[in-house]
Amino acid sequence: MLTAIIAITLLALVMGLILGFASIKFKVEGDPIVDQIDKILPQTQCGQCSFAGCRPYAEAIAAGEVDINRCPPGGESTIQALADLLDVEPKPLDEECGVEKPKTLAVIDEDRCIGCTLCIQACPVDAILGAAKHMHTVIADECTGCELCVEPCPVDCIDMVEVAQNPNTWRWPDPSHVQLERGGRS
Amino acid sequence: MSKPLGSFPGGLKLNGHKKRSTQSPIRKTPLAKTLILPLQQHIGAAAVPIVEVGDKVLKGQRIARAEGHVSVCLHAPSSGTIKAIDEQAIPHPSGLNAPCITIETDGEDQWLERQPVKNFRDMSAHEIRQIIRDAGIVGLGGAGFPSFIKLNPGVHHDVETLLLNGAECEPYITCDDMLLRERAEGILDGVEIMQHALRARNVILAIEDNKPEGVSAMELALAARPQLQNTSIMVIPTRYPTGGEKQLIQVVTGKQVPSNGLPIDIGIVSHNMGTAYAVGRAINHGEPLISRIVTVTGTDVTHAGNFETLFGTPISELLAFAETKRQPDEPFILGGPMMGFNLSGDNLPVTKTANCILVGVDDAAPASEPLPCIRCGDCATACPASLLPQQLYWHSRAKDFDQTRDYNLFDCIECGCCDYVCPSKIPLVSYFRFAKTEIMNQEREHQKSDLARERFETRLARLEREKQEKEERQRQRKAALAASKAKKEKQEQAAAEADTTATENKEN
Repeated sequence: MLTAIIAITLLALVMGLILGFASIKFKVEGDPIVDQIDKILPQTQCGQCSFAGCRPYAEAIAAGEVDINRCPPGGESTIQALADLLDVEPKPLDEECGVEKPKTLAVIDEDRCIGCTLCIQACPVDAILGAAKHMHTVIADECTGCELCVEPCPVDCIDMVEVAQNPNTWRWPDPSHVQLERGGRS
Repeated sequence: MSKPLGSFPGGLKLNGHKKRSTQSPIRKTPLAKTLILPLQQHIGAAAVPIVEVGDKVLKGQRIARAEGHVSVCLHAPSSGTIKAIDEQAIPHPSGLNAPCITIETDGEDQWLERQPVKNFRDMSAHEIRQIIRDAGIVGLGGAGFPSFIKLNPGVHHDVETLLLNGAECEPYITCDDMLLRERAEGILDGVEIMQHALRARNVILAIEDNKPEGVSAMELALAARPQLQNTSIMVIPTRYPTGGEKQLIQVVTGKQVPSNGLPIDIGIVSHNMGTAYAVGRAINHGEPLISRIVTVTGTDVTHAGNFETLFGTPISELLAFAETKRQPDEPFILGGPMMGFNLSGDNLPVTKTANCILVGVDDAAPASEPLPCIRCGDCATACPASLLPQQLYWHSRAKDFDQTRDYNLFDCIECGCCDYVCPSKIPLVSYFRFAKTEIMNQEREHQKSDLARERFETRLARLEREKQEKEERQRQRKAALAASKAKKEKQEQAAAEADTTATENKEN
């Protein structure tokens, strides 16, 4: 009887030590699900979802506070990917947040720019270059098309233009929508 | 002559339709008034112009330099004046415009001084590759991959076999066939150089058995060249798509190139016959790649044949020279009937990858709406890459791109065999092309969003740091202010005390 109690107690102690050690040694930093959601979001940082950037929205989704259909730049494909990840039903995009639009790019009309730096402060990804009382310009490769710089501009010199396709970024059309005319067959 | 050691699964026996364009020798296309040269005629980064509008250029003069590693130079195909450097329509399935250099020719066709290499055997492989890169040579089989890269096996690889691809398996196309018949000597010049540069142990010239004239011309040329050691001609059975690089290697050596691998992984380097000819011209004659042989054929062409055409020549002028029943702006096929694509527009130029222009196909099937897939499995039997086209089709159609990758979509060579055999006339290859470009686009977007995330996080960190620094400065200022205030008060107090003492003293 006594041996059994001692044996079990010892076992419990050893197991407890192993578990305690493992919880310290293999501690997972942060919440991996937030990272996974953040990876799916388009990183436009536009705030149309009512959160201050993609990461806070990802955190809110992970916490189950908001729906997955609040990201207009990501559109249908992002909602689908989030639904797959979280194993929930995909929903149509929440129109309150905006509508899915083709990808755009901010372009500053450099003749009209007065160098007020307001757009620089608004840009979430530091994609606008310039200094006070000097002309500003957008680094096209870094611009996410979030439109946050349009509103603050006092002289209205920022336009959102659609990203032009070139032969390298061109995509074949979906054959189920467009019946392609291919070469004849011999 | 050696015998093929293997074969590939699937494939088709197709009617060649090659007679029409092999009846007359290679002709030279007349010099066009304007030449339009897209800056990107190869896989990789577009070349960068080094001339300006109004500059006079000579034939063979470099007009754009290579940018980055995977890129080649571009040369003026004839002498003349640079008329424009702007966006022009290019022969691409998208129908989009791309940056081009336009040359107005002066009709004199005056060469820049050429510097042929006297003895290439004295040169290192690196020097040879550099000349080939500077000469703007790309694979002339159709893909347009810069050739100098394929002549660099790297230090970790030994080249067992240099394989010359003369299969030309697609119906109608005969430009390699004619090159073999007429310029076998020139091809062997290039083969010698390539063998030297690669230090290849043996060379195999693989030619399909539907080109007996080409084979005998090559045999003659080879017999006259005892210095070409371990070189043999291999006549391979005519079957589509034997000309695919991986398929040809399987036929010739019996070995398979691994998925996601390169031929060099199994000790093989393969080049097109036309590329070998271009290499020979570049080294032995100092001529950059400024023209190619283009097959113009089809039911609507009166004088079908092969035409040595300068790059940049408008396709409409080439078609006019060959005389066609085509109306202006009527579509034609660039490439063969299996892998080519429809183009329309009269101002599209001939580029480095334009091997064939097809106007009118024999017994063209009328375009019909595709019927539902009946899962007959014929596509899987025909697939030369051993893929499952119907599974790929379902997943591409459902836009389930992860699944298409699991089914090795990127091993598809878009040969069109599955389309050809499909009883429901489903445009399978169109689905695969669609899925491939969608996946590549997703990858680009992922890279972009990763970059955006990084910049966003860095910005937040910077703002946070600035805020802290500001607070720190404020705190210090406050502390300094408080300190000076305290000091002042102390002094005042001391003064007041001194005052009181003084008054007290006075009173006393």
